[in-house]
Formats: sequence, structure tokens, C-alpha cells
Amino acid sequence: MWTFFHKLGSPRYFYTYAGRLLPWLAVLTLILFGVGLYWGLVVAPADYQQGESYRIIFIHVPAAWMSMFVYMVMAGAGAIALIWKMKLAEVVAISCAPIGASFTALALVTGMLWGKPMWGAYWVWDARLTSELILLFLYLGVISLYSAIEDTRTASRAAAILALVGVVNIPIIHYSVVWWNTLHQGATITKLDQPSMDTRMLIPLLIMAVAFKAYFGMVLLMRARCEVLERERNSNWVREVVQLS
Amino acid sequence: MSAFNAVLKRDLLLTYRNRSEMANPLLFFVLVITLFPLAISPESSVLKTLAPGVVWVAALLASLLSLDTIFRTDFEDGSLEQLLVSPHSLPALVMAKVLAHWLVAGLPLLVLAPLLAVLLYLPSEAMLTLVLTLALGTPVLSLIGAIGVGLTVGLRKGGMLLSLLVLPLYIPLLIFASGAVDAAASGLAVNGQLAIMGALLILALTLTPFATAAALRISLS
Repeated sequence: MWTFFHKLGSPRYFYTYAGRLLPWLAVLTLILFGVGLYWGLVVAPADYQQGESYRIIFIHVPAAWMSMFVYMVMAGAGAIALIWKMKLAEVVAISCAPIGASFTALALVTGMLWGKPMWGAYWVWDARLTSELILLFLYLGVISLYSAIEDTRTASRAAAILALVGVVNIPIIHYSVVWWNTLHQGATITKLDQPSMDTRMLIPLLIMAVAFKAYFGMVLLMRARCEVLERERNSNWVREVVQLS
Repeated sequence: MSAFNAVLKRDLLLTYRNRSEMANPLLFFVLVITLFPLAISPESSVLKTLAPGVVWVAALLASLLSLDTIFRTDFEDGSLEQLLVSPHSLPALVMAKVLAHWLVAGLPLLVLAPLLAVLLYLPSEAMLTLVLTLALGTPVLSLIGAIGVGLTVGLRKGGMLLSLLVLPLYIPLLIFASGAVDAAASGLAVNGQLAIMGALLILALTLTPFATAAALRISLS
């Protein structure tokens, strides 16, 4: 068991194992997305208040969940990279950043599209929207710090520190934004009272959440494999892999 | 402790010998605040509502502008490496450097801010709160900023990147500080906000020196 873990930590084994896992993950992702989307967009009933436009939550809510989940994965991998100096953890951490940023952007865009018919405005300075926007800035900070430093190992460790500082800050930012909005007694956001969700809507939502997780796993492995190849380009096994294909 | 004092003294002496550099962030602070009445309106009713936010955003930008001086010159002449290889604990030395930066770039803001707030028609009841929030908040700006400088000090053009890294982390502070001044201006109690800012200061004091030290070790490795 432990030797398996240790082997997995070496870029070469990771590359082959991840390669074997990928097709399965891809199939799983496709099935989950197919079922979830069909169920969510076609089978699930329309909302009695919001009509059909509520269906965007099947994308929006999982994307918002993933935006935070990916940050945690990135920071966790970053901590492992800093403490145990594991090369693979650096790769995982840095591969997470663009994926997380995309999920955050997706959550923001779908939220805005939903906000226009529902709230009458694309953007309101609501606590959740604001903290999601700040999360996007944190992701972009990690990405640009990583790309600004030439040496990849130094760059990934620097980015890991920034991700960890961000993790300490995320709850502070979140609560400060929540209190800021309540303090201001803002122009009352007409957030619809969400009726406790109907199971016919909840099940597809959960399926979509799992589908997003599987998709994340798949893309993460793809990016990490690519990153491993790039970093180990001077080693023999990469030369063999490249010549084979 | 003697190493802490030595670093602090050295940094203060260095800035004293180069006084114009010390004045620049303060001038920037004054100029930015002057721009707002010119850009928006000289109406006292408008400026009054904007004053807490404007003063704080200007203070934040002024401190951001001067952050680079914490480690940049030391990095260029190699004395930062000497600090890293010295037998003293690096977080303590980092604290000394950050304290020196705050004394030079943060403390003067406390003196200047009330004067500028008068220009923006901030009610006099809010003056004390403004100074208090700056007293609690500017050290946090320097402490958090030091992490960003530590991460970018090895880069030739770290300036823009630094602001991208550090500004999102400043947001909670900005919210509580301008919220407190705002509340004080309308005669409300501000104990809560001040307590949270104190908590942020303690959190930053205890954690950031270690993060900065780790960042410096990575940047100079």
C-alpha cells in the first residue's frame, strides 16, 4: 500500500497511472453530465416562481461549489509541496489554479445571466457575488505569480505560499463581506426566498455536482500529466514516451 | 532582540538619510485625496459621504506604493541575503523591517489623515475613529504587504504583480475600517469594528512574519 503511494509520488508512475485512469474518468464524466443535464433541463419541473430560467442553477451552483473546493485542493497540495517538497504536489497545485479560476468565472457569468431576469440587474453588490469575485482575483494572483517567476520549482513554491495565505484570508473575506452588506442596509437585494428544494430538482443538482467533480478530476489529471511532461523533459522516460507516440 | 534593534535602527537611519523618498508616499496620499473633489464634485454633502472610503483607499494605495522599499534595496545590494544566513531568527528580523516601514510610511498617515478629512468635510465626531482605524489598520497593511514583497522581490518588474497579489487581501480591512468611520460619522457605536480590526492586527502580527520569512527564503533560493 505505502509503496504504491510512494511510487505514485514519482512523476513517471503518476504519468502512466493517470493515463490509465483518464479514459474511465472521461466516460464517467460524460455519463454523469448526460444524465444530469437531461434530468435537469428536461425532466425536472419548472419552478412555480422563476419558471424555466431557474434551470441555470444546474450549472451555476455546482460551479460555485467547485470554485471553493478547487481552492482547497490547491492550497492542500501547496501545503504538501511546501512541507514535504513533493514535486507532484507542486504540479497538482499549479494545475488546479486555472481550472479553479474557470469555475469561478463560470459561476460569476451564469449568476449574472440569471440575475438579469430575476433581480433586474446583471450585478448587485451582494455578499456572495462579491466574495466570489474576490476569489477570482485570488486565483488570478496565484496564476500570475506563477507565470512571473522563471524557475518552475521556485515559482510553484511561491504560488503555494500565496495560496495558503489566501486560505487563511478566505473566511475573513467572506464574513467581512457578509457583515459589510448587512451593515450598509443596502438597497435591499430582492433575493427570492428560496423554497426548500423539491427532490425532483435536488437529485439532478446533486448529479451535476458529482459530474463537475468528475470533470475536475479528469481535467486536473490531464493538466498535471502535461505539466509533468514539461518539467521532466530532460529525463529519459519522457523521451521514451514522446518517441512512442 | 539586539538583532531586532540593530535592523530597526539601520532601516530608520537609511530612510532618514534619504528623506525625499520618505516624503513621496505622503505626497501621493495628499494628491490622490485632492483628486476626488476635483473629479466628483466640491459639494460638501457628496464629499461627506465619500470621505471615509476615499481616505482609506488613498491610505491603502499610498502604503502599497511604498511597500517595495521594505526589501527591494536590501535585495539589490545583497544585505537581504546576509539577513537570511545570519543566525538570528528570520521572522524577528522581518518584523523589525516591517516595523521600520510602518514608522516611516504608516505613522505619518495618522497625522495627515485628519487634516485631509477636514478637506472632505468629514464630521468632527468621526475624526478620532478615523485615526484609530488607521492606527490599527496601517500596521496590517505593512504586515500583509511584506508577504507580497517577499514573494516578488526577486522579480525585476514586481510592482504591478505586487498590487495584484496584495490588494485582494486588503479588502476585509478596508471594509471594516471605512465601515467604522462611516458609522462614527452617523453617530453609531464602532466598538465592534474596532475590535475586529484589533483581532486582524493580532492575527497579522503573529502569522505574517513567518509567511514573509518563508517567502523570502523561496525568493532567494
